[in-house]
Amino acid sequence: MSLTQPTKRKSRWPVWARRGLMENIATVIIAIGFLMLFQPFALSLYTYSFITMLFGTAMFIVVSKFPE
Amino acid sequence: MLNRTADSVARATPEPLARRVRGISDKGLAWLFISPTILLLLAINIFPLFWAIYLSFTNYRANRPNEVVKNLGLSNYRRILGDQDIWIAMQTTAHFVFWTILLQTLIGFTLAWLIDRKFRGHAFWTTIILVPMMLSPAVVGNFWRFLYEPQIGLFAYAISFVSGIPPTDIQMLSNVSLAPWSIIIVDTWMWTPYVMLICLAGLRSIPEYIYEAAEVDRASNWRQFWSITLPMALPFIMLAVLFRGIENFKMFDMVNLLTGGGPGSTTEVASITLKRQAFESWRTGYSSAFAIILFVAVFGLANIYVKALNKVKQR
Repeated sequence: MSLTQPTKRKSRWPVWARRGLMENIATVIIAIGFLMLFQPFALSLYTYSFITMLFGTAMFIVVSKFPE
Repeated sequence: MLNRTADSVARATPEPLARRVRGISDKGLAWLFISPTILLLLAINIFPLFWAIYLSFTNYRANRPNEVVKNLGLSNYRRILGDQDIWIAMQTTAHFVFWTILLQTLIGFTLAWLIDRKFRGHAFWTTIILVPMMLSPAVVGNFWRFLYEPQIGLFAYAISFVSGIPPTDIQMLSNVSLAPWSIIIVDTWMWTPYVMLICLAGLRSIPEYIYEAAEVDRASNWRQFWSITLPMALPFIMLAVLFRGIENFKMFDMVNLLTGGGPGSTTEVASITLKRQAFESWRTGYSSAFAIILFVAVFGLANIYVKALNKVKQR
């Protein structure tokens, strides 16, 4: 019986691009877009809310396929 | 008996068809069974979505089907995202969503917590509390219109009895400051049982031995609530908030039945504006773009909630 422990294969996926972190960033972007859409303070924020939300949502869909 | 039926069905299958079915792999058979559902979903969900995306870039009007459809690019989106009236409708929607979710979650969780005490007749009261949720929104809308009537409505008389204000002065549906609250009250009345039901499922899933251990450690009821009940029921509360949040963003039936967006535009939520643009002004392309903006907002919200839910579950 071998006593050697099976070594974990090191993922070459960069740490900064792991799913958890990227999902958090995408969630923050969606939340910002959402607040921009419903805030009563500036029309310009409302104007750019959709593109912010769309970017955040698309990013969330993509990064949720990244390795953990 | 069942085997005999299966045998007779198998024998009744014509030989060429039976040979073909025998040749299908498990995966193929699975696809065969789910393909009608997938086709139905594609036809009634996915196709209209892509069609709406296509229309959102055009000047199409459903009341003029023979008119040449021009591609406008992002013009519809630009106009919606620069329109002050739609911006105000979004704020009205946010106001409704915030207050309905807050009230429904607070009252729903409190009711669930009380029902979970298992007092005498709790099953009967659970059924009674669930009744509003089972009614059709059309029925609820008409029913509350009568209740809100200043001359004959029970609501106005009840408020008058408590506050001393004459019932004819309590014009819930035509007063600018009261009309939004009249819809919030009805939505809360109707959907709090739903939140209660989900919270009750959460409370019933907490194992009894945790409370027994807390009792041994002489934890107070207050401490048990904050350290056991609330954290363990939180995924369920989040689920209820997710469902109600998404539903309330699309709130249309109740507003349409009670106030129709009025008085003025005080209760004109995004879905009412959308309906007016689509079926009163017949700006189909424009309203499709508006629908896509709302869709992205709800989809983004759903992503945030699902992520939060997973995080709470991992704890």
